[in-house]
Amino acid sequence: MKQLMLGNEAFARGLYEAGCSFVSSYPGTPSTEITEYAAKFTEIYAEWAPNEKVAMETAFGASLAGKRSFCGMKHVGLNVAADPLFTISYTGVNGGMIIGVADDPGMHSSQNEQDSRNYAKAAKIPMLEPSDSFEALEFTKIAYELSETYDTPVLMKICTRVAHSQSIVQTSERVETAQKAYKKNPQKYIMMPAFAKLRHPIVEARTKALIEYAESTSLNRIEYGTEKQLGIITSSTAYQYVKEVCGDTISVLKIGMIWPMPEKLLRDFCASVEKVIVVEELDGFIEEHCRNLRLDVIGKELFSNIGELSQNAVAAALGLTYDDGKCLDESIPNRPPVMCAGCPHRGLYYTLSKLKLNVIGDIGCYTLGATAPLNAVDTCVCMGASVSGVHGFNKASGGESEQKTVAVIGDSTFMHSGMTGLVNIAYNHSNSTVIILDNSITGMTGHQQNPTTGFNLKGDPAAKVDLEALCHALGIARVRVVDPYDLMQCEEAVKEELSVAEPSVIISRRPCALLKYVKHKKPIKVDMQKCISCKMCMKIGCPAISMTGGKAKIDTTLCTGCGVCMQLCRPGALQEVAQ
Amino acid sequence: MRTKNIMIVGVGGQGSLLASKLLGKLLLSRGYDVKVSEVHGMSQRGGSVVTYVRYGQKVYSPIIDKGEADVIVSFELLEAARWTQYLRPNGKIITNTQRINPMPVITGAAQYPSELAEKVKNAGFDIDAIDALSLAEEAGSSKAVNLVLLGLLSNYFEFSDEEWMLAIEQSVPTKFLELNKKAFALGKAER
Repeated sequence: MKQLMLGNEAFARGLYEAGCSFVSSYPGTPSTEITEYAAKFTEIYAEWAPNEKVAMETAFGASLAGKRSFCGMKHVGLNVAADPLFTISYTGVNGGMIIGVADDPGMHSSQNEQDSRNYAKAAKIPMLEPSDSFEALEFTKIAYELSETYDTPVLMKICTRVAHSQSIVQTSERVETAQKAYKKNPQKYIMMPAFAKLRHPIVEARTKALIEYAESTSLNRIEYGTEKQLGIITSSTAYQYVKEVCGDTISVLKIGMIWPMPEKLLRDFCASVEKVIVVEELDGFIEEHCRNLRLDVIGKELFSNIGELSQNAVAAALGLTYDDGKCLDESIPNRPPVMCAGCPHRGLYYTLSKLKLNVIGDIGCYTLGATAPLNAVDTCVCMGASVSGVHGFNKASGGESEQKTVAVIGDSTFMHSGMTGLVNIAYNHSNSTVIILDNSITGMTGHQQNPTTGFNLKGDPAAKVDLEALCHALGIARVRVVDPYDLMQCEEAVKEELSVAEPSVIISRRPCALLKYVKHKKPIKVDMQKCISCKMCMKIGCPAISMTGGKAKIDTTLCTGCGVCMQLCRPGALQEVAQ
Repeated sequence: MRTKNIMIVGVGGQGSLLASKLLGKLLLSRGYDVKVSEVHGMSQRGGSVVTYVRYGQKVYSPIIDKGEADVIVSFELLEAARWTQYLRPNGKIITNTQRINPMPVITGAAQYPSELAEKVKNAGFDIDAIDALSLAEEAGSSKAVNLVLLGLLSNYFEFSDEEWMLAIEQSVPTKFLELNKKAFALGKAER
């Protein structure tokens, strides 16, 4: 059936149609929906793992047991999973295995814009790169065939514009694949030096065989144009921009299998046209490969290796005309994302900001506390970096720093990679204070369950990690829970834990205000007579509060009645409404 | 035919995704090649959001670039002004006059420009500005702003009322169907 489908949904559909029956992933924009859609098929067992490394190893285990498996993650998640990646390249698979990775050129919701194609080359694993939903579905089916034929995991790389764009796909029925028998095979699966040395040549031979495949596969195709002067080599969404601009006039070599790349096909294409330009987002990956083959191509001289491409960017680099539109001569204020009205992180962040602490931050909604007026976060690097970072910061800076520095980390991020950092604090003893912002959900990626929520991906009840008991078990004696809506309680707890001479954990606990089961109170009301225009309520950066005519005004469509602003209002102008 | 471009812009949480979903269904049923792009993630937290809808005989790029939009449908006035550069010559802006202050305005670091619809018009842009929020409330829910704006937009398409109604029926829950149809009709009558 022909239908409009999101790239990530098409990817999941491909998994389904190809007979995949096992999915383990960690959410991360823009990859999250692949796994959410896959979970809707009853034929597929799907789960959220605590992090990408666990997800990949789990999917590998399922492959070992003989099932077609998948793990999905965003580009930075592949860094977390890089350890198993490089070695399952050596072991190969039993049932077919696909590793889905979603890059984010332009950093719509990421902390860097690394180009994951480099992983395919470094780990010697084939990588397919679809350019729209149709290909996301079709390539997934081909990827499983490749995985089983060549005994290798296969990387499928998408980017934001493939993941989050809908285009037309052709769906078909699922083809069930029988579970392969597991046979013990020490030389293949036990990668200790003696056996790994035997496997490495097999990996190199596999790459050679895959280059042969790359020469003739339909994944790589030449679309000859009407003129022979210029040829373009391209892949992924860059292909779409090239076709948008050039139509069918120039010849295009579209690379769908980005690693390993063909040699003869590239040579033949380059010989068929007078001049060759490589159009690709981020690194000059195809370009470098062409240069290694001593092919005369132009690429990053014309195109930036920063950010996304677009049709205008391609037209500009090719020297073609385009209309850049007309600018309005008016200063338009930015509209950055903000913490929602009623966000439980706000009260805690107000406290940290008020106490002028150093705050070693982490990845999640709570990174938004870095913006004005809270300005409460000092750093954002990667998952778990807050807990490890605060320990290093305090060790290096000594006792005084320990009194005014904290780490903040969300519940899901703590499960992902905060625990090991906390063990380090206890083991190597720094007097560090870690605040776990427990909003009972993985928030920023759009409300995914995690091991602290008590539910699994399918929404069924699941084992629930007891954070207090866990922190105790990791070696932290002082563990306490606060309600972030209670400013007095937050301040007392933070001050006290910073002052004691031992490591401590404060769990700031309240569920995300956007969760369906969270009941909101009636909006706060303003007593205009009492409002003295002190603007204290403006210090928490709540999108529901503004000043109109010098007086506080509450947007009743946004206000959840959390009451944090009320606690800052000394004249008592902000008031709770009887529920 | 040339690929046509509709941009839907607004503030995270305003419901612009339903509008693009509905348009996608409608255009697909008319036999066009269609691409719809949105960005999830950070932009959902009250930030500026944009969705691209493109249709024609063969659509390649999933995004709309500067100078390309035939129509910009905006759920909020400041957002209409923000994206004007994406309009093609003779393109049209359809906007809700609702103002939602962004955080820099709330904190006093920036000003919400005054008389914005007039400024856009005086700069030579073709703009239809309507109070879609009031019309949505009249239809029964402030959440129906998307259908009010689609109703206004429908005046610039050659599709029949039946085709629009079918797309609405396929996109909104049955219990809100009448409300949404009413919102659509109110928007359509605004031309």
